[in-house]
Parts: sequence; C-alpha cells; structure tokens
Amino acid sequence: MNKMLRYSSLTKKYVMALAGFFLMIFLLIHLGINLFIIPFTENHQDIFRDGVHFMTTNPLIKAMEIFLFGGFLIHILIGIILQIRNWMARPIRYAKANNSQGSFFSKYMIYTGAVILIFLIIHLGNFYFVKLGLTEAPEGMTRVADDHDFYSMAINLFSNKIYSGIYIVLFILLGFHLNHAFQSAFQSLGLSHSKYTPFIKAVGDFYSIVVPLGFILIPLYFIIYY
Amino acid sequence: MNIKLKIWRQKNAKAKGKFVNYSLDNVSPEMSFLEMLDALNNKLIIEGDEPVAFEHDCREGICGCCSLYINGTPHGPGEKTTTCELHMRSFKDGQTIVVEPWRSKAFPVMKDLIVDRNAFDKIIAAGGFISIDAGSSQDSNAVLVRKEKADEAFISASCIGCGACVAACKNASAMLFVSAKVSQFALLPQGKVEAVERVQAMVAKMDELGFGNCTNTYACEAVCPKGISVTNIARMNREFLYAKIS
Repeated sequence: MNKMLRYSSLTKKYVMALAGFFLMIFLLIHLGINLFIIPFTENHQDIFRDGVHFMTTNPLIKAMEIFLFGGFLIHILIGIILQIRNWMARPIRYAKANNSQGSFFSKYMIYTGAVILIFLIIHLGNFYFVKLGLTEAPEGMTRVADDHDFYSMAINLFSNKIYSGIYIVLFILLGFHLNHAFQSAFQSLGLSHSKYTPFIKAVGDFYSIVVPLGFILIPLYFIIYY
Repeated sequence: MNIKLKIWRQKNAKAKGKFVNYSLDNVSPEMSFLEMLDALNNKLIIEGDEPVAFEHDCREGICGCCSLYINGTPHGPGEKTTTCELHMRSFKDGQTIVVEPWRSKAFPVMKDLIVDRNAFDKIIAAGGFISIDAGSSQDSNAVLVRKEKADEAFISASCIGCGACVAACKNASAMLFVSAKVSQFALLPQGKVEAVERVQAMVAKMDELGFGNCTNTYACEAVCPKGISVTNIARMNREFLYAKIS
C-alpha cells in the first residue's frame, strides 16, 4: 500500500487506465453471456448455462479470475488514493463554483464509481459468493452439474421490479462512467492523435451507450413481459 | 455602469480571509477589469481603507501575472483572454462580480487576491531547461526541424505560466503547465537530448509540491488564455512512460 502511494501520479494513471481497459473487455464478455437470459432463440437457456459453465469451470478463465479481481481492486484502490490526493490539493474551495467547460461526466467519476462499487458488492453476494458457498442460493434453485443455477437465480432477481429498476439506474450511471473512462484511458496512456482521437471518442460514445443498454434490455424484458 | 463586487480580502498568508462587498459607480464599459480594480482602489484610498492587493504587470496578456478567479472562471468570461484583457463590457450594469484568488494548496494566498506561484518556478528549476552545450548560432538549415514540430513547440512555449489551468482544474492539477514546458523541449532536437531526465524530474517536483492529479476533465484547456491543448498532457504521458521503460 505504501509502495502504491509512492508511485508517481502518472504511473497511477497508467495503472488506472490499463485496469480500466481490462474491466471494459470483461464487461463485454459478461454482456455476451447475460443477453441469453432473454429468449432470442429457443435454446437460449442452454446457451446461457453453457456460457456460465464455461466461465466457472474453464481453468484458463479461473486463472483470469485472479487478474479480474486484481483489476477491480487496483482500479478501486488507486481511484480512491487519487481522489483523496485531489481533494487535498485544494483545501479551500471556491465560493463560486467553477463553471469552466470540460468533460461533463469526468467531474462525477468518483461518485458514479462509488455507486458501481456498491452494486458490485451486492452482485457478488447474489451470484459469486453463492458459487463459492459463502452465501446460500435462494430457495428452490437447482444445481446443474457443478454449477449453481445462475439462470434461475437471475430470473428470480429480475422478476423483482424494484431490483430491476435499481439495475437500470445503475447501468445508466455505469454508462456515464464509461463515457469518460474510455477516451480518458487512451489520453492517460498518451495515445492522442489529431487523426485518431475523434474516432476513439466516437467508439467510446458507442461503447458507453451500447454496453449499458445491452444490460438494461434484460430487466426491461422482465418488466414488460412478466 | 454601476457594479457590485464581492472580493476576497486576506491580510497575509496566515490570516483568515473573508469576502467583502463593495459597490462602484460610473464604471466605463471600455475599462479593462484591472482598470476597474484601480478605480476601486483609488476610492478605497480616498476613503482611508486598505486597497485590494492584486497582481499585474504588462497588462497586455503576455506576462501571466494577473490571476483572478472571476465569477467561477479563471480570468473571467471570454475565451483565450487574461484578466488584463478582460473588459467591463463583458458584464451587465448592476451585476455582482465575485473575485477570488487561485485556490490550490501549491499556490498559497499571500494577500487578498495575490497567490504565491513559486511552485511553477520550482518545477521549471527541476528540469525545464537545456543544459547541454547547443553551440553558438548555426546556419538555419544545419539542424532540420519539421515545420509542424516547430509550430507545435512554439505553441507549447507560448504558455505564460499564469496558473489558470491549476485554478480551473477540479483537482488543482498542474499537468497542462508542466506538459507544455515538457513539450516545448521534447519536440525539438536540442531538447530531446535530456528529455528522459527532464520529464521525470519535472513530474516528481509537481507531485512533491502538492498539485492534484489530472483526471482528463479538460477544464484547463477551456480556460487557458494561450489555448494550450491537452494533447500536450498526452505527450507528457508518452514521454514519461518512455522514460520509465527505457
């Protein structure tokens, strides 16, 4: 921890950006599997269960899990360290709030990040801790081979409209977080170019809309059809 | 014009400051903001009050001395202007104008609206120079520099070190200033020789002095009176990464 504090501000930014990129790739894979909760095809349940089975039993993925948790932990810890340092850099605030133009969502990264963290803990409690056996699966949930029945557990959660509502709001906030994060990570790594930066920003806008929207489709489906 | 002013007054670095309200009548819209403050100070002197301390020198947007945070914006309303280039026609008759000093741990208030920006000099002293013997004046074509690079270096070098970037940044980060000073050398052959040591020394000094970290909000670029771009920050990030792995 002390070592982490001693790293230069720029090194922290690089690590923050790299961990962020890693988490953004993970989010895409997660979405790819989650979307099969919605009955696009007749065998969507089987595809979802196969996906979960692969993600929970494949040795390579299990090894990657360590990196994933490491990525989350580093991203959160460095985010908090940087934020505290940033607050300390201006001990006396302005009386008149700063109205300078700039990236809008960037001003709220710590807050959107904090909300995402709270959801992440709830999400782990609902699924990952069940898999580890730390928390009990909801009643009536079956086991398929070695896996807990994540499909039934997801259906069980999304049939609760309050949970679905919170889930939708959370993913809108995640969209705000990602909108700044995507292009910011490139800038932090020094990847700025007059020709390519507008394209990177466009991809970031696309990613930050499409990925959260994909996740939101699932509770929306349950709200509309159940 | 008649205007109302709410100005930060602080006796010295250790004193606790507070806002004091003033009203000033017969302000000409053609007056610069600093001339308006001169008029206020004349009035205060006549009334036997202590005049408001503020920093100024060239009054033509070159020296970077004037450093006022006006109605929530460093250097006040208007793009690419310093406080001395700001005119009273930018305000409305009867408007209340809130004037504060730059707020940053690294820029402590010395008196009223004057802050100590010595931190910038310390960053420059850490590496913002060329110490190799670049020789005497050479034939202009002896060292070839691409026109685009020369232009970029010139724009980076046009940073006047006023500190508006620090003042505007929600994290009080000095990255725009430091990156402009790193860039003006890194882009040119004479500066490249010491680029690896320079960027590390300047970033280390910036961190040591208590400036915040850049979170890419780009508020700095929006208020910079010289239009220094955040592409300089990306360049500094590249330079530092290269320095660390080389």
